[in-house]
Amino acid sequence: MTTRAPAPSKEAQPDAPERDGLPRWVPVLAILVGWIALWALLRGQDTLALAGRERTDVMRWLGDFRDGVIASRSTNPVVAFTNGVGEVIRSVFGWLQELVSVPAFPRPVPQVGWLGVTALAAWVGLAVAGVRMALLVAATFVSFGVLGFWEEGIDLLLVTGLSVGVVVLLGLPLAVAMGTSPRARAVITPVLDAMQTMPTFVYLLPIVLFFGIGVSGAVVCTLIYALPPLIRIGGHGIRSVSPTAIEATDSTGQTRWQRLVKVQLPMARKTLVVGLNQSTMAALSMAIIASYVDGPGLGEPVLSALIRNDVGSSLVPGLLIVLTAIMLDRTTTAASQRAESAARGVGLRGRQRQVVLAVTGVVALVCVYLSRTYFSLAQFPDTGWGPRLSEALGSLTDAVVGFLSAPAEVFKNAVSYGLLNPLQNLLADSPWWLAAGAITLIALALGGVRAVVSTVLCLAGILFFGLWNDTMLTLTMVLVATLLVMAIAVVVGVWMARRPRVDLLLRPLLDAGQTIPAFCYLIPVLALFDPTRFTAIFAAVVYAAPPAIKLVADGVKAVPETTLEASRSTGTNAWQEITQVQLPIARGSLVLAANQGLLYVLAMIVIGGLVGAGALGYDVVLGFARSEEWGLGAAAGITIVLLGIMLDRIAQAAAARQGVSKRQSLLARARGGTRRAA
Amino acid sequence: MRTTPNRAGRIAALVACTALALSACGSGGGDIDAQTAENEENAASGDCGELNMAVNPWVGYEADAYVVGTVAESLGCKVNYKDLKEDVSWQGFGTGEVDVVIEDWGHPDLEKKFFAEEGDGSGMDLGPTGNTGIIGWYVPPWLAEEHPDILDYENLNEYASEFATSESGGKGQFLGADPSYVQFDEAIVSNLDLDFKVVFSGSEAASIEAFRKAEENKEWLIGYFYEPQWLFAEVPLEKVALPPYEDGCQDDPAEVACDYPETELKKIASTSWVDEGGPAVDLVKNFQWTNDDQNQVAEYIAGEGMDPKAAAEKWIEENQDKVDAWMG
Repeated sequence: MTTRAPAPSKEAQPDAPERDGLPRWVPVLAILVGWIALWALLRGQDTLALAGRERTDVMRWLGDFRDGVIASRSTNPVVAFTNGVGEVIRSVFGWLQELVSVPAFPRPVPQVGWLGVTALAAWVGLAVAGVRMALLVAATFVSFGVLGFWEEGIDLLLVTGLSVGVVVLLGLPLAVAMGTSPRARAVITPVLDAMQTMPTFVYLLPIVLFFGIGVSGAVVCTLIYALPPLIRIGGHGIRSVSPTAIEATDSTGQTRWQRLVKVQLPMARKTLVVGLNQSTMAALSMAIIASYVDGPGLGEPVLSALIRNDVGSSLVPGLLIVLTAIMLDRTTTAASQRAESAARGVGLRGRQRQVVLAVTGVVALVCVYLSRTYFSLAQFPDTGWGPRLSEALGSLTDAVVGFLSAPAEVFKNAVSYGLLNPLQNLLADSPWWLAAGAITLIALALGGVRAVVSTVLCLAGILFFGLWNDTMLTLTMVLVATLLVMAIAVVVGVWMARRPRVDLLLRPLLDAGQTIPAFCYLIPVLALFDPTRFTAIFAAVVYAAPPAIKLVADGVKAVPETTLEASRSTGTNAWQEITQVQLPIARGSLVLAANQGLLYVLAMIVIGGLVGAGALGYDVVLGFARSEEWGLGAAAGITIVLLGIMLDRIAQAAAARQGVSKRQSLLARARGGTRRAA
Repeated sequence: MRTTPNRAGRIAALVACTALALSACGSGGGDIDAQTAENEENAASGDCGELNMAVNPWVGYEADAYVVGTVAESLGCKVNYKDLKEDVSWQGFGTGEVDVVIEDWGHPDLEKKFFAEEGDGSGMDLGPTGNTGIIGWYVPPWLAEEHPDILDYENLNEYASEFATSESGGKGQFLGADPSYVQFDEAIVSNLDLDFKVVFSGSEAASIEAFRKAEENKEWLIGYFYEPQWLFAEVPLEKVALPPYEDGCQDDPAEVACDYPETELKKIASTSWVDEGGPAVDLVKNFQWTNDDQNQVAEYIAGEGMDPKAAAEKWIEENQDKVDAWMG
């Protein structure tokens, strides 16, 4: 989603990229040639492929661990504690639900009906973000009702809100620690790295084991996923408070606590709100995935439509999810801007504002009263619009699929036979030691010694968990998908940067592509491409391309106009301008986009297990689905995390050599690649 | 400086709110208080309590769950439907999150963990649903018509190359199923020396879409499927004969070379819930119907796009005699 908050004002100019004689692709190419030569000789040996039902000791041990946890449910204090936490979450949520979304027995309707809830929400929107946002909030709430998803829509907001509440409670102290103590930062950063690299599906399993199914598991998963952005961005904000301000106030003899509360936190307020915005968006997307463990909300109707292969019915709640995301994003952004302008004394002030809020507050309370009294204001009347819309969307999708199916087949086969199969042969048919050696050398060539250390550690871990061959299959898909993402990002990104109107047109679509749950488009994609690896790759590209496109577009746009004019005066044509001026100068953004794209692709790869892609994604899905395969699923989950950390470290090290500052990439990552820093 | 638009917006909001309120007063709506009183009365008379019904992810299951759930509601129970995979549902027996798994396709592994004989005793068998599960290898109807001999596994190798895809590495592709289902296809393929590679569809949705598309475009496809399943109403898949099932031929998963057995589907419930007793327990114990009954409701849901609840209500209305028999 777009984040409007301006980036921190001062940004160190990236160092000029180092240039040491040979371009870096030369050694990489040499390694590849050597690898292929050895592969031709040794292919098929020591590939460590597991036969159908073969399981290693590590997997059996993981499975036994799970059985132990279940068996000790009544005696183990840790499990008793987590179950207790789950119980608390369930009862708080149940109370909230009866308040606003489900009938509060013996009443046939919730305590506060739809009109009251909508009015109150709009009033809050008015108070924190202004009239336009209040209208957006009201429109979103009403559309829940009109399309027949009132309960699910409100439940989704409750889960998101509950999780974000806990995120603030846990995250703020950690952000302060990150911002004030370098030692704390050194400890917390790697943990955040792991949390953000871990595909969301992976921790559903253990969380459910400890906290139970339903809303308790959903809230815990959601808050784990939503914590890192607030800690990272918030810590960054506190750290960047200008030292002169701190020195000036320190001279008055303030304590550390006073410094924190009176200087650092207020001055970092705007960055903290940006962090909150990102945490909220992350919470929303995880709350959808949590419907896999019976988490309440709009994810549920999407999932049950998937079970019936009913595209139309999954698109309607899918669109409501996009609308919810837009509402949350725009209101939190507007709230931060408003805080800023209020501080500068713009807009309504003091008394006038109080009067307006009091009057509208009374109106909202009247609406609450009415919604407690009249049935049609408590329970949204059935409009029948939802089913009609889903029918229309269903037939539209059918028409598009029918139209595209022939070219889609050609494209799929071209990519599968031309790129996917050869690369997979090389990675998965090489002896494990050859592939591992070659990957390490490539890491060295791209990222230097720093990248090699983490690469070797991660490869050793992958080997230990016994899914080497599946990891190579997954790596193949990740690489091919990232390649496609980058190709699309460069073409569309440059187009958007050069044509503002295209930018204006595409951005909302990109936002939608990022927020709409993958379950919605799995069926049409399946109809186009069958259950294949390519289907998984395609789904990953849909998910990963938007942030990459935005990064490239913003990077190209940032090329100074004076530079362009200078090159135009020498008579370059458009093609030369793009390839010789814009892209080279925006190189930092390209590297960032590739890094982001890689992580986003990896996050989707588990979904691939649901559509015939096999490999690690399938192992996770299998472990999730069948009790006796839990150990396999857990091992695959850990392996995905290791693979992600390895790829991320190589990309980061390569980016650092390319002159992308750490802070740039950190911000870009924390914001989901929404806007280039600086 | 922004006073004017703000005020205008507020006035607009005020007007909208008042208009809504007035329109509501005009139309009246129902009376909440009256219904509250009625609900209280009902709650006092019937003592059924809650029924936490797991809903596993296939439409046939949904049919069972919502028919039983709707009948239970008519007995005054509060029914909570929980969308869960099988494995996670069984874990819920011990914590009280799940009371009933209404259609179980046989999970010896889970029975070992949760039944009283070997496990913690949190779950128990409540008898058959009356449905018979048939698992096997299926081909789309057009293929069975044009090449009838394909319905015998011994002829499969002749056609293997026709089934090749970009995923199957030169061999024929066999489409494996949703990971949560019981399946031995890799072993069967290798033990019968078939020139096929198992490619897992990964979900029921993916398998259904593949079979639908294969029938529509006359593509070659063979894969794992099962009855009862609503897709048969739309695409009547044909079953390929494997060496017949004999007792014990699937005991060692690596050595399987025979067809799947017919499975008697059964109801599993939380022991503590059954011990509490009540009309819902008796209802679940008595519930039994046929494959045709289930396919009918599943067809309402998946074929006609009805809401599961509405589909269940429709079937109950049409089959009141069967429902009455469950009330004993």
